[in-house]
Amino acid sequence: MRKETICNAALLFGLLAFPLWAWVTDEPFLITLTTRAIVFAIAGVGLNFALGFGGLVSLGHAAFFGLGGYVMGVLAFHAQTYTSVMDWPFVISGTKSMPIIWLVTIILSAVLAVGIGALSLRTSGVYFIMITLAFAQMLFYFTISWSTYGGEDGLSIYVRNGFPGLNTMDPIQYYAICYVVLLMVLAFVFALSRSSFGLALGASRQNEDRIQAVGQVPFRLYLTAFAISGAITGLSGALFADLNRFVSPTMFSWQTSGEIMVFVILGGVGRVFGPVAGAVLFIVLEHLLGGLSEFWHIYLGAILLGVVLFARGGLYGLIAGREVAHD
Amino acid sequence: MTDPILDIRGISKSFGALKASNNISLDLRPGEIHALIGPNGAGKSTLIKQIAGGLRPDSGSVYFDGQDITDLSTAARARLGMGRTFQVSSLAMEYTVLQNAVLGALGNRGDIFRFFRPVMKDADLLATASEALEMVGLEDFKSSVTSELSHGQRRQLEVAVALTLSPKVFLMDEPMAGLGTEGSHRLMGFLGELKHKTPILLVEHDMDAVFTLADRISVLVYGEIIASGSVDEIRGNPIVRSAYLGEEAET
Repeated sequence: MRKETICNAALLFGLLAFPLWAWVTDEPFLITLTTRAIVFAIAGVGLNFALGFGGLVSLGHAAFFGLGGYVMGVLAFHAQTYTSVMDWPFVISGTKSMPIIWLVTIILSAVLAVGIGALSLRTSGVYFIMITLAFAQMLFYFTISWSTYGGEDGLSIYVRNGFPGLNTMDPIQYYAICYVVLLMVLAFVFALSRSSFGLALGASRQNEDRIQAVGQVPFRLYLTAFAISGAITGLSGALFADLNRFVSPTMFSWQTSGEIMVFVILGGVGRVFGPVAGAVLFIVLEHLLGGLSEFWHIYLGAILLGVVLFARGGLYGLIAGREVAHD
Repeated sequence: MTDPILDIRGISKSFGALKASNNISLDLRPGEIHALIGPNGAGKSTLIKQIAGGLRPDSGSVYFDGQDITDLSTAARARLGMGRTFQVSSLAMEYTVLQNAVLGALGNRGDIFRFFRPVMKDADLLATASEALEMVGLEDFKSSVTSELSHGQRRQLEVAVALTLSPKVFLMDEPMAGLGTEGSHRLMGFLGELKHKTPILLVEHDMDAVFTLADRISVLVYGEIIASGSVDEIRGNPIVRSAYLGEEAET
């Protein structure tokens, strides 16, 4: 078995064993903390699909994370106030059902990503980074002034949304939901990475001339990848909002985009499981260093600098070796 | 005489005051190797880009297989059957040799928007890729990572990927560059065979190779074709000798 496969298995096992241990020893806080890591991991896996596989350095993935949050917030808000989202030309009412919220989130995030991507993918490099950032900032300022849904203060949802057959307010049960979503997202991205689309996308990242010389258009590949990436990160936003039962414009902020990128870089760019390791490491650091000092971001910065300078493959590169799998 | 498969009709391209292509006409007929030679800066790369796509001529047109392709994109031209190898290797360096070849076969088949089936288990693509790799003699390097290949092997792989597209013509931009004597000879033998199936427009610096391989030669100097004809005609042409071959001999 390859080292990377062992790392993946260990990571998934740890993310199963640790919360179970926390549950047995009655430490709900640790379960919630691990749930945060899982949700961040999903966001990172989403960004990594664009960044690692497609080479699209998006600094605007908070747009999708926040959109997921607001889809959840708005739908749940209307459900708890017994009002409708809109009455004309047809009635859309709120919902407290997680599966419906996820579905709406995935569709809207993909649509938003196609819109943002269609414009920003005309550029590359630094310009692409800045344009994606600008789109996320637009949504950030929009939600700040959107007083219907709390504006700057955000929206509180009193009871976590429901999932058929489960009590989502129980931390371990909500954890289980997020864990399964993570597994499904990982399986999806893993399949994509080995598919025709994955092969062509990776080739496009490495050499656009090559993909054109075999008769294909890089733009279409990038746009599809960006939509898939946005949809995954959007889904994690909905889960994050449900975890906190709160959504605010902060989810759209550029710091959020930066944090998602940190998960990817810490864990290992272009590896399916990289962002999972990155998000877990981030949460561990936040928890341990955050306990030592309020200024723990300084240490995070130093670690990030170290990774970028000395371990380009991130945590996965260090442990599983530089070599990316070829099968 | 058979109809040309590739017919370049009076194309011109200027960059500011520089005429990179000045009313160039050129054609390629089935079964031949047409070599394009010229000193550095003569406008060979500019011409190739206008033929393969990526650069639109200011005037004139490019006909391929009876169709005006002047306004088509690079990708569309490739799909029509234009197989290209690059002057600077343009391969997916992180991929294996086999993955690069499969990519060519996949691009040619056209169904890249498949999201679930593992592409490296697709028997049809693997067969096309393997056949192309065997033709260029890379069958023993299938699982090597491309960035670890020698310069010559990358050249071979470029040709193999172009082969997977089963193109109607090949545009080869200096395929011999950087190959050792032995590598050059092997590739020359291969191209000599290949031309019967697929004609080749060959841009090449290696004069020995050009004089051995080509059926026709065109000489490009300062954006203009100053001579075009059979190997003997070009060898004996006094203008060519002074403008190009003479200069070569001095250096």
